[in-house]
Amino acid sequence: MSLTNRKSISPLSDNWYTNIISMRYLTSEEVTNLELKANQIRQSIIEMLVAAGSGHTAGPLGMADILTLLYFKVLQHDPKNPHWSERDRLVLSHGHVCPVLYATLAHAGYFPVEELLTLRKFGSRLQGHPHRVALPGLETSSGPLGSGLSQAIGMALAERMDNPYSAKYIYCLTGDGELNEGQIWEAALQAGKEKLHNLIVIVDRNGIQIDGYTKDVMPLEPLAEKFEAFNFDVQEVDGHNMRALNDAIHKAQAVYGQPSLIIAHTIASKGVDVFERDFRWHGNPPGKGPEDRVPKDKQAEVALEKLRTLAGIIAKEDIT
Amino acid sequence: MLASHLDKNFDTKEMQSIPSRNGYGEGLLEAAKRDEKIVALAADLTESTRTLAFAEAFPKRFVQVGITEQNMASVASGMAAMGKIPFIASYAMFSPGRNWEQIRTTIAYNDSNVKIIGAHAGVSVGPDGATHQAIEDIALMRVVPNIIVIAPADVHEARKATLAAAKHSGPVYIRVGRSNTPVVTTDESPFEIGKGEVMFTANEDAERKVGIIVTGTLLFNALKAAKDLREEGIEVTVLHMPTIKPIDKEALLTLANSHAGIVTVEEHQRIGGLGGAVAEYLSEAHPTKVRRIGVDDQFGQSGEPDELIEHYGMGVDAIKEAVKQI
Repeated sequence: MSLTNRKSISPLSDNWYTNIISMRYLTSEEVTNLELKANQIRQSIIEMLVAAGSGHTAGPLGMADILTLLYFKVLQHDPKNPHWSERDRLVLSHGHVCPVLYATLAHAGYFPVEELLTLRKFGSRLQGHPHRVALPGLETSSGPLGSGLSQAIGMALAERMDNPYSAKYIYCLTGDGELNEGQIWEAALQAGKEKLHNLIVIVDRNGIQIDGYTKDVMPLEPLAEKFEAFNFDVQEVDGHNMRALNDAIHKAQAVYGQPSLIIAHTIASKGVDVFERDFRWHGNPPGKGPEDRVPKDKQAEVALEKLRTLAGIIAKEDIT
Repeated sequence: MLASHLDKNFDTKEMQSIPSRNGYGEGLLEAAKRDEKIVALAADLTESTRTLAFAEAFPKRFVQVGITEQNMASVASGMAAMGKIPFIASYAMFSPGRNWEQIRTTIAYNDSNVKIIGAHAGVSVGPDGATHQAIEDIALMRVVPNIIVIAPADVHEARKATLAAAKHSGPVYIRVGRSNTPVVTTDESPFEIGKGEVMFTANEDAERKVGIIVTGTLLFNALKAAKDLREEGIEVTVLHMPTIKPIDKEALLTLANSHAGIVTVEEHQRIGGLGGAVAEYLSEAHPTKVRRIGVDDQFGQSGEPDELIEHYGMGVDAIKEAVKQI
């Protein structure tokens, strides 16, 4: 997959129209490639969590498809020049899912994949929660929940001040449990007020948080209606369907006069069926998760096997 | 002796009295004219934080966030990430009072070039009462790595501190007051981030001298105490310390070396503010007797600024008494 460079898409070039079309739609081959990339990223997540001996499993596995699509198709960015001023910005608000961001950045070429195994270790650039200053490619430090949306709003506002016709987008990824935080709703008021068309929020709607299911801990529904009432354009999509996600993001880019929010319905721990949908995998790495389906000492091995065989559909030797 | 650059009307009927927050408004406008990267945010307190002149002069660079202090801190962080120099202003009780964690994570840890203005600091807020009197803000900001903490003495110094903050790359906290404050300094008075300034010099030949270290709007009281004490035969040096972090260690050592003891003066809790900073440093570097003037682990209350300053033991007499006890 080649990097799309905004500067190359000029109406003056002969194939600008083809370029734009090819940017927007996913061919079958692209979908397959993205899904395989997401699978590799999930394997990296398992490996890094096992090496760290702590960290979050459910959220990172659940968001692997979204991050893959963003970094390998949607975002205007340059892994070799992380500070490129014309890049889109991606603010990860729920910092605890950072293993998926780190793995995606590494696979995209920001830093060596081997460095992923330093996650959470002393001296590592891959802090337990993201530290912007430590690692090029991170747009902010996060961990304490609810602050990312405000930061994304600040970026979108600043960009619009400088260039009202900017083609730069500010993406903000949030968890669903995170939406309990009051600051989210302060920010939602601000985003609606400012009509920030260049702001695209993607909510990881996996239905779990540390203490249980979101519907039990602090019900969020009707969620879409809540954000619509704050003047967001709201879409709901399957967060594991590359085409649906891609279409939703491009529709969000086309919205003018209001910010966009995509509720991406995801499956917690997606890709490892024996971990899926179980809130007890929120904050535990393989090896320290619930034992009723897989004993602790087999959890890492089973997870990697499930991923390498696409949950048993293919023989593992078919995938390198 | 009073430093020569101080206002000639010191302790006379002609002495002016102006809220130090006005200096923020003037400094912001002046800095913004020079640097278009400067933006300002306010949380429904645009006029009383003195952000209004900027908002009217540069409406496109002003962001009204409504009553959302947590949001304000992080929006500013996002703007700084795009190259802006945001100034955020509210009452110190709400910023950094309510949004401390957002300041810590999204501004300080992020190394965001955001300037935080805490207005209505101290009990001299007056009639609004304890809920609006921030006397913990220096402590709150001082414990966070990577933030510079400044408490200007008066309107002129608040203006200079604002200009200096605009030029400094990195997070800065400036606390300013609501009520009229004696104008002690002048345009000529030096101000540099991280530098203390001797504002009243004890007689060189005195056998025994006491040092007063003061920050913020109590500078007048400290100088007045020093002047009165001279008439009583007690020699005092007043070191004004507008920057509480990083503290001017050299100035502290010089003072501690040549004086019998030190009295710190601030409109803040005795815990965690200037007195804490001075005691922490000197107890390790040069053990010195230190008495701390400030609010003694209590909340404020409604009243007139002057009577509150007196009641909570920060008046001229209380400072003189503390000096005598050294």
